[in-house]
Amino acid sequence: MLQIDLAQVETAAKELYVRALKQLPPDIKAGFARLSETETNATAQRVLGTMLTNIAVAERTDNLLCQDTGIPIYNVTIGSGVIVDGARLKAAIRRGCERATREHSLRSSIVHPITRVNEHSSCGREVPVMHFDFDASEQMSIEMIPKGSGSENNSFLKMAIPADGVDAIKTFVIDCVLNAGGKTCPPTIVGVGIGGTSDLCMHLAKRAAGRPLGTRCTDPGGAALEGELSNAVNSLGVGPQGLGGDSTAFAVHVELAATHITMNPVAVNMQCHSARRARATFSERGIEYGF
Amino acid sequence: MAHHELVTPVTEQQARALRINDTVTLQRTLFGIRDATLIHLFDRGRTTRFGLNGHAVIHTAPNVKAVPRSIEHPAGYAPLCVGTTTSARMERFTHALMSEYGVRIIIGKGGMGKQTLAAFSELGGAYLAVVGGAAALETTWIERIEDVDMDDLNPESLWRFAIRDFGPLLVAMDSYGGSLYDAVADAAQARRADVLRSLGVRT
Repeated sequence: MLQIDLAQVETAAKELYVRALKQLPPDIKAGFARLSETETNATAQRVLGTMLTNIAVAERTDNLLCQDTGIPIYNVTIGSGVIVDGARLKAAIRRGCERATREHSLRSSIVHPITRVNEHSSCGREVPVMHFDFDASEQMSIEMIPKGSGSENNSFLKMAIPADGVDAIKTFVIDCVLNAGGKTCPPTIVGVGIGGTSDLCMHLAKRAAGRPLGTRCTDPGGAALEGELSNAVNSLGVGPQGLGGDSTAFAVHVELAATHITMNPVAVNMQCHSARRARATFSERGIEYGF
Repeated sequence: MAHHELVTPVTEQQARALRINDTVTLQRTLFGIRDATLIHLFDRGRTTRFGLNGHAVIHTAPNVKAVPRSIEHPAGYAPLCVGTTTSARMERFTHALMSEYGVRIIIGKGGMGKQTLAAFSELGGAYLAVVGGAAALETTWIERIEDVDMDDLNPESLWRFAIRDFGPLLVAMDSYGGSLYDAVADAAQARRADVLRSLGVRT
């Protein structure tokens, strides 16, 4: 059994926030390369070029990719062969998030929703957001996503009905992308949640938006929709930053869950082009950082 | 599609000379402003000691580090990462920002709406698009944080940046009712029916 050292979790939670803000995952960089090869609009080419320059400048100057430090999200997956105190695990992640903010002078983007008071810690009631899941492995992984507000503000839920069918899902996704325009910082990953309850549906959309490029929905119906919707979204002409072009989305990702016989829920959550995420894996080999 | 080198502050004539698809590089001074700054200025009756007449504002809340005051850091802040936020949330403040404070240029991402276009047309102003999420690059155009006001709102303070070669930025909205965002959105909306048909959606 692998006993988790909570001091290491705290350090990892801190490191993950900073790493996520500075290093774009390789699948997103590959996504940029793919869009740049096929983009036909001159303005869009210039915008994509600026985004690529920015990635290089961030690496060269060891700076944050985007000023938006986002809402910090930690997704934890705990294997069967792992021993850890859950309550202390949550506290350690929170301390790490706070230390990242103070020790690296990160902008705390988190305020109380009514008083709007900023504690300058990137923390607050229920924040950082943490999700816990379990698998049969011998390891524990922590994924960190600093979710930018430009894209998060474009989150939508529709409780469609069975009679509306898949047509309602397709129409809703297209209309969300149209209404979001440049506000989401396209090119985006359009996360689509289908089924479940209202809250699960939105959670699925968020999970879809955070999935690495190149991965597919494990449900064949969901995977087919991903292909169709990716092509459709990129024929709208919204383009990078909403200034026109072919590169509206890197991809449309779908995640789905079973739902009620009377329900047909669909949710959209978008991830901006600065699709940042970082991962630490705790195993018998120690701690490995990646994406 | 002209390029304009502008040193702030600018005149109404200079602002009205900007047309959509032109590009602009700004020099000297830029003010950082966003949600809380504007809410406090226009909804809560606060004022600023800064003169914004003829100036450019950018929708931002930077990552900064508190440092001892010096020639390099006169406000006691070093700029770490200065980027741009989504402008649409600031839509209802444009007219007051221009009519009461004399602002001529707004820099942001994602574009603004009809109230802003009307204010540009009436008072003489323009919206310059910076590439959102390209903050590491944008930070290299900032020389220093010269001064800060309303700093109890930090990071949403009113910042005064010294800038050098800030741009090139794309003129995306002008004082003649031109908006690249509207043009793109209208064209995309016109494609909607065809796109839905290609997805097999029955209409």
